[in-house]
Amino acid sequence: MRRTSAPYVFVAPAVILLAIFLLVPIGYTVWLSLRASRVTGDGLGLRHEVFVAFDNYKSVLTAPDYVHGLLRMLGYGAIVVPVMLGLALSFALLLDVPRVRLTRFSRISIFLPYAVPGVIASLLWGFLYLPGVSPIRDAASALSLPVPDLLSPNTVLFSVANIGIWGGVGFNMIVLYTAVRGIPQELYDAARVDGASEVQIALRVKLPLITPALVMAGVFAIIATLQVYNEPATLAPLSDSISSSWVPLMAIYRDAFVNNDIYSAAAASVVLALGTLVVSAAALRVLQKRAFGLDR
Amino acid sequence: MSRTVEPAAMEPALARRTFLKGLATAVTAPALLAACSSDDTSSDKTPAKGDPNAPADLSFWTWTTNIEKVVDIWNQKNPTQKVTVSRQAQGEDEITKVITAHRAGNAPDLIHAEYQALPVLITNGVAADLSSLAAEVKSAFTDGTWKLVSFGGKTYGIPQDVGPMMMYYREDLFTQYGLQVPKTWDDFAATARQVRQKAPNQYLATFSSGDPGWFAGLAEQAGANWWVNDGGTWTVSINDASTKKVAQFWGDLVNQGILSGKPMYTPEWNKAMSDGTLLAWPSAVWGAGVLEGVAPSTKGKWKMVPMPQWDAGTPATGYWGGSATAIWAKSPHRAPAEKFVKWLNTDPEALDGMISAGGIYPAATAGQSAPSLSKAPNMMPNQPAFFADAAEISKTARGFSWAPNVNVTYSNYSDIFAKAIQSKSDFGAAVDQLQTASVADLKKQGFQVKS
Repeated sequence: MRRTSAPYVFVAPAVILLAIFLLVPIGYTVWLSLRASRVTGDGLGLRHEVFVAFDNYKSVLTAPDYVHGLLRMLGYGAIVVPVMLGLALSFALLLDVPRVRLTRFSRISIFLPYAVPGVIASLLWGFLYLPGVSPIRDAASALSLPVPDLLSPNTVLFSVANIGIWGGVGFNMIVLYTAVRGIPQELYDAARVDGASEVQIALRVKLPLITPALVMAGVFAIIATLQVYNEPATLAPLSDSISSSWVPLMAIYRDAFVNNDIYSAAAASVVLALGTLVVSAAALRVLQKRAFGLDR
Repeated sequence: MSRTVEPAAMEPALARRTFLKGLATAVTAPALLAACSSDDTSSDKTPAKGDPNAPADLSFWTWTTNIEKVVDIWNQKNPTQKVTVSRQAQGEDEITKVITAHRAGNAPDLIHAEYQALPVLITNGVAADLSSLAAEVKSAFTDGTWKLVSFGGKTYGIPQDVGPMMMYYREDLFTQYGLQVPKTWDDFAATARQVRQKAPNQYLATFSSGDPGWFAGLAEQAGANWWVNDGGTWTVSINDASTKKVAQFWGDLVNQGILSGKPMYTPEWNKAMSDGTLLAWPSAVWGAGVLEGVAPSTKGKWKMVPMPQWDAGTPATGYWGGSATAIWAKSPHRAPAEKFVKWLNTDPEALDGMISAGGIYPAATAGQSAPSLSKAPNMMPNQPAFFADAAEISKTARGFSWAPNVNVTYSNYSDIFAKAIQSKSDFGAAVDQLQTASVADLKKQGFQVKS
């Protein structure tokens, strides 16, 4: 008896914590997503919670604001993920080239924006973007260049993506740089003996060896894209170009806490969570083969 | 939902009621069990019969500045009926929290709520019907103010403060450019054109997509009343002739570039209000306080006048902002809570405290001529009679009734008008879209809507 119960005792804390803080809330969210508040009675009426099956899902999946938000989020990801990883990779490889000066200083200054909280970064950039107070526009007009409107409907996606990239490059650069530093020196010696230039070493030796780190950074970046909220939500009150449902999380927040419709918000959350799961699993599956193929 | 029995419940009348209610619960228990997971919506509509002087601990969620000082006065006078202020959140956020707390069975006894939030509280069964208290206090307020807390002939809150709309303008710049203060909206449009001619980088005013309450106030001034509830059926007229007139008036000027279309309450707006990019601001009585925060360098340069009029013969204005005090429908201290609400919003000492410490403009007419209002706001030393002028304007405020989906309508307003401003499209069409969205939401929630 005692022997058979031991494993259960050992896993119990983990299972109980998982159940209380993950499974039960998920279950409750799914339960809420199948319900809605409906009004009955005379006078102003009273709201009751009723079971509506998949009505919330239907309205979420057909609501134009959710669909547009989803597309916008994908566009944001299509800009942020490649640009951010490309910059992080370039910086990591450049900083590892022998005889490069000021590496410590450069590393810290590239990393520093990551330490700025997203909301504060968005406020800072908001001031730089806002036409009435933007020094960027002042500088452009002083140099008689075309004055950009950084918060117009056509540019706002790039402006928001810029904040995400600005904040994310440093962290990813450190992850990749650490991976590069982990490569044994002998490989470089061997490459140099074979007559490889620094560029060839970077592209043919370092890059293949840090691919696992790059894949991991990529998956995290994709997940961060699906969770984009701080930057557009902070800029929204400053500009007419960002609606209250600009990205899915903003629409979820609006439904839950502005419109008091926690049920639609729950349904949208479930859809977004499932989407995140599918996208991350697919990204891992596709990339894993290439990245970790040798390890198997 | 069971709460510990408070001393007040020992009082015979209340104890009997509690017993009868218990009996009723026992009889209907199976039915209740079947619906136990749904909202507890049985609200007690019987008027308070408890002892107003019974000892009680009252909790009060509010965001009024320095209200603690006013509550301290009460607590000293009523040591057995202590009110505890809790600053949970402001405006809409507080309402969301109150509704959540109501579901959990621990909402505060006293709830500070903006007028447009009251229907949301009512339809969630949160706000108590205060009709019994209404008879005692109604005469302390103007009819326009009283309309803000009345729904279908019942009263669900006692007005605390109001925001009658009035216009602020830069006296110095008006003199410099030789402009006349606009008395009517036609004058306003003409002045706006003159400003663009005389100072190409400046605008008379801006139309903000970020402030639905401001637009509702402008529509109210023109005679709109967006929501009417008649025997449980809603009539929604957001796109009525008055609102369309207002929307098209502003839309034409904004789309022609005669007025600005940038939102208010942004760093850009602060700058425009300080550096004279904007020459006027149709705002409310509390606007002087806002100016102090966003444009302190312009002290003494602004002047407050009545809003431009649609019909100069019958001056009118709307409300922008303002709030009331409601009582939780399930508060175990109903009678003491009513006593406090009445004191807070009608007692001269309480009103004076809220004016001087909280900077509010009281809803009670007596409060509007309180001694603490004899001095003009900090920003307006050039207009010593500021509050006397404001009291005159306040009398012309129309009043408005709100629907249980103002929150949804407001968030739609911001999105729809932001788009209209950017695409330079017809604001009248935007109002139609707003009507459609608001009606669709009411219907979805199960309200009866007259089409």
